[in-house]
Amino acid sequence: MEKFQTIISSAVPLPIEEIDTDQIIPARFLKATTREGFGDNLFRDWRYHPDNSPKEDFILNNSIYKGKILVAGKNFGCGSSREHAAWAIYDYGFRVVVSSFFADIFRGNSLNNGLLPVQVSAEFLHDIFTAIEQDVNAEFKVDLEEQTISIVNTGASTSFEIDPYKKMCLLNGYDDIDYLTSLRSEIEAFEQQQVAW
Amino acid sequence: MAKTLFDKIWDAHVVTQVDGGSEVLYIDRQFIHEVTSPQAFDGLTKRSLPVFRPEKTVATADHNVPTANQHLPIKEELSRFQVDKLTENCKKFGVELYGLGHQYHGIVHVIGPELGITKPGMTIVCGDSHTSTHGAFGAIAFGIGTSQVEQVLASQCLVLKRPKRMRITIDGELQPGVLSKDIILYIISQLTASGGTGHFVEYAGTAIEKLSMEARMTICNMSIEMGARGGMIAPDEKTFEYVKGKKFAPQGADFDEAVAYWKTLYTDEGATFDTEYHFKAEDIEPMVTYGTNPGMGIKVSAKIPMVEQVDNPVTYKKSLKYMGLQEGESLLGKQINYVFIGSCTNSRIEDLRLVANYVDGKQKADNVYAMIVPGSKLVEEQVKAEGLDKIFREAGFDFREPGCSACLGMNEDKVPKGEYCVSTSNRNFEGRQGPGARTILASPLMAAATAIEGKIVDVRKNLN
Repeated sequence: MEKFQTIISSAVPLPIEEIDTDQIIPARFLKATTREGFGDNLFRDWRYHPDNSPKEDFILNNSIYKGKILVAGKNFGCGSSREHAAWAIYDYGFRVVVSSFFADIFRGNSLNNGLLPVQVSAEFLHDIFTAIEQDVNAEFKVDLEEQTISIVNTGASTSFEIDPYKKMCLLNGYDDIDYLTSLRSEIEAFEQQQVAW
Repeated sequence: MAKTLFDKIWDAHVVTQVDGGSEVLYIDRQFIHEVTSPQAFDGLTKRSLPVFRPEKTVATADHNVPTANQHLPIKEELSRFQVDKLTENCKKFGVELYGLGHQYHGIVHVIGPELGITKPGMTIVCGDSHTSTHGAFGAIAFGIGTSQVEQVLASQCLVLKRPKRMRITIDGELQPGVLSKDIILYIISQLTASGGTGHFVEYAGTAIEKLSMEARMTICNMSIEMGARGGMIAPDEKTFEYVKGKKFAPQGADFDEAVAYWKTLYTDEGATFDTEYHFKAEDIEPMVTYGTNPGMGIKVSAKIPMVEQVDNPVTYKKSLKYMGLQEGESLLGKQINYVFIGSCTNSRIEDLRLVANYVDGKQKADNVYAMIVPGSKLVEEQVKAEGLDKIFREAGFDFREPGCSACLGMNEDKVPKGEYCVSTSNRNFEGRQGPGARTILASPLMAAATAIEGKIVDVRKNLN
């Protein structure tokens, strides 16, 4: 996993709530056996017509919106546990998703792949959408060390929560397997005292 | 100190604490399938790691598989490649595979319980959000991502933060024609699709206690649809009776010893929950969904809410537009051309007996294509042994072979663009059953009645 570094970037707004992982990456694109290439089908059915021509009114097809930050409505990533959703968002080029509320499994999957879910209040989310509405190039700074996100030109800033262990992993590019395999003797000791069934 | 059922099981599986409040949780059993495991095995290979405890993982191929002619090679190239990859990985890493053609093949959340792999007090994971199904046995069971599948393969453990506890109590008597599917659709409609986020749910109350094991599985199965990490029900005599004699259940004296332990698995008097809800069984009617998430459900006699009643009008209008439905509209009498009976929510023998009993001697409506997909080979065999397949065929239903099928349309079983499908599955997301398909979630009885009438009806009116 790549180390997560402070990001200053413009953002892509998607002010829809309850975006489920079937929208992020439809099931028919889950047949690959590697982690790469899912970005091409990110938001596939919102992004393309059945004949594969782009849907002009979808935000990812509007070249004035770009950046490493995706901003979306509440309960982002609900539904299926497919990690392919986090892979698709990362593969497309995003490194941060901002929402007022994340579904649990999506949050965990993102953290395991160097994609940072930043949960802010509904008010701050609204402020971000407004800042982008006023200026599509508005920049946002996401500082994981400080656990803050700010709107660069107004200076408005808010803090976000992250589990300390996960923060350490992201900042250093570590993953859980390095840690878990180092616990082998403790795990074996645990197994010895477990009941048979 | 008084403990919840959840905490009793969780505490019994903590290997060690991690700085910052997370815990290393031991996982008793992992189920894997072809879609969310290849990248995990790939990761092990890249790190030169073996599967730490291969005997604690069981594999099946369910998401991609065709539901007809399963004895022939899979036609669709990418699906075949993924299923072959699973076979190859299981062989290489020494994992038991109940693949296509195996007598135990089926949907991962159907085969675990029916083989007695799922037992009270266990921790169970799978790279599939409907893993919560196994919670019906009083187990902590939840869906994980592929990175976590790899972690469990490598270490039999996960690093996790303990979720909050929620209890949902449903007391009273269900009306005739109201099934456990209606209970869970009703709960989700009340709590919304995000109402359970951050929580692990225990379902309790007299209405839950009266349910069969399979009906309980339907409830726990859909816990994720309100955002909960999982759902569980305290084991009781019905649970022990169900597990008894199953292939991988403890036998003889071991079984009695296991039951003695399982009887300690309940929420102590005075244990506290972070969140509690209470519902009355009598308030629940047959349910139908009208929108594009499982929280958008109504009693079949009710009307679709008006835009001004909801707090997210933009998303709400987008959803109704996709569904081709209007605010204030009733779904009663709505013409339906597709009916799907199957999925890890409702494809067990009891579900299919209910459907058979209802459609026996009747004919599906001319406008309807209705498919029934059993959850496993064992369910399929049982259906045939009881002659239910004959009833289905005579009523004009297409009785197929096991798999996830039209629940998520990864195989050929899809609903065409713009068509409505009354489905016993668990998700009505946009495009879930195929691009442009419009899903209406309901119980197996409601689905059977829809197939017969060719439109949505209140099944209670058709019962003797």
